Amino acid sequence: MTYGTTVPHQARQAQTAGGDGDAGLPRLLPVHGAVPVDLRTHRQRFGDPPYSGQAGRLIPVLKAAGLTGRGGAAFPVHRKLAAVARAGTKPVVIGNGAEGEPASDKDKSLLWISPHLVLDGLQLAAEAVGSTAVGLYLHRNPRLQERLRAAMAERAAAGVDFAGVEIFDAPPRFLAGEESALASRVSGGLARPRFKPPMVFERGVVGRPTLVHNVETLAHLALIARFGPRWFRLAGTADEPGSMLCTLHQADGRRDVVETELGTPLRSLLTLDGHVQAVLSGGYHGAWLPAADAARMTLSNGHLEPAGAFVGAGALVALPADRCGIAEAARVARYLALESAGQCGPCFNGLPRIAAAMYEIASPRPDPRAVTDMIHWAGLVEGRGACHHPDGSVRFIRSALHVFRDEITLHGQGRCVDPDRRPFLPLPRDVALSAADWS
Amino acid sequence: MRKQLRVDPTACSGHGLCAELLPELITLDEWGYPIVADGPVPRSLDRHVRRAVTDCPVLALKLLPAP
Repeated sequence: MTYGTTVPHQARQAQTAGGDGDAGLPRLLPVHGAVPVDLRTHRQRFGDPPYSGQAGRLIPVLKAAGLTGRGGAAFPVHRKLAAVARAGTKPVVIGNGAEGEPASDKDKSLLWISPHLVLDGLQLAAEAVGSTAVGLYLHRNPRLQERLRAAMAERAAAGVDFAGVEIFDAPPRFLAGEESALASRVSGGLARPRFKPPMVFERGVVGRPTLVHNVETLAHLALIARFGPRWFRLAGTADEPGSMLCTLHQADGRRDVVETELGTPLRSLLTLDGHVQAVLSGGYHGAWLPAADAARMTLSNGHLEPAGAFVGAGALVALPADRCGIAEAARVARYLALESAGQCGPCFNGLPRIAAAMYEIASPRPDPRAVTDMIHWAGLVEGRGACHHPDGSVRFIRSALHVFRDEITLHGQGRCVDPDRRPFLPLPRDVALSAADWS
Repeated sequence: MRKQLRVDPTACSGHGLCAELLPELITLDEWGYPIVADGPVPRSLDRHVRRAVTDCPVLALKLLPAP
């Protein structure tokens, strides 16, 4: 795993992040190289978490900053905090580090490189909603968990925390980080989504109002508490302020985590020359864009949403011109079908049929009915799950059918741009299949 | 307050009773799971709606406040 930054002058000092017109990137990552930041270095750079001394004070500050969730949904952070604070009795706060998206590394990278920024954010969020029941939800990655435990021990010794933090294991599943799946897992159940309402901020972990924020969101929150809304808005656009972490998959196979401003042109993040045919934005619940369209867009929902895509958690993939987009989509469709929690009839029945039809279309001279069938099934599963898994899967599938339509024509003639079908998009080697793997 | 019908799809196991009791608002897909008409429930159907909600064998049909 590597990380870099799109800002050419990496050596810029973070101390200038006080608000003199300098957006101060990178904000979340260390100024020099990928060195894990220990508490001493962290405190030298940022000082201690600026507790306000009273629940609720941070909420208008976050509203002014315009921070939105960085886990994919881009929901306004202040609204979640206000809802949990309002809900009253004994709220729970959980930092969500379950990064089930196979194309995303940014949360793992952030937790590894800047654990104290995430932990500061967790503490400040706990104070803001008046909670002392605080947890961190992480995949069972022993090295990463060990690093976080060590960071938490450093903090306990230094006495910088508002509340103790408990670590909870997330299973290695795509949907493990879905809010209600998280709430169920942290309550001692299986990490499977449930029907809403009630929302997790109303009734989450053991039935208590629960604030769940992605770990990157918490890191931004920790910086906004220190440097304020004006500083936060020095990066990004008026509508979508701030910076975000992105996982970039270049057409040559390079994979990097970078921190960049919202509104950055996609062509300055991905090399989009004649060797790239399409860009996937928003990971496997996201959408494909023709490379020429992507080259005119920026990293913003304002640009991407009208084209059917979104920023999501910042996973961006450039698909080389010599790969088969339909074969790629078929592999991902099968993965998404296997990652269904199997609880909702339409998702359980529809996704495997969609995946099978996608494999049919990926084969030479496919049955022409496969596309019609797939569009029919896509309509049947959309909007009919307890979570957004069917909707996100359908978004991915439909965009693939549209963007790779020339490839479908080619298959109809018994040809393919890549007869070898070399896999390009990253997928886990072993897809977990038993019910126990949800725990 | 206007109400809206929703299925908890994690609870629904496709008995199909709701579509028989309330064909005006509910049809079944090809796998036997209910497709519920969008929008607030018309008052004229109130009685049938309540019946469908209470008779669902797994209580998967919910009458919730319309957004």
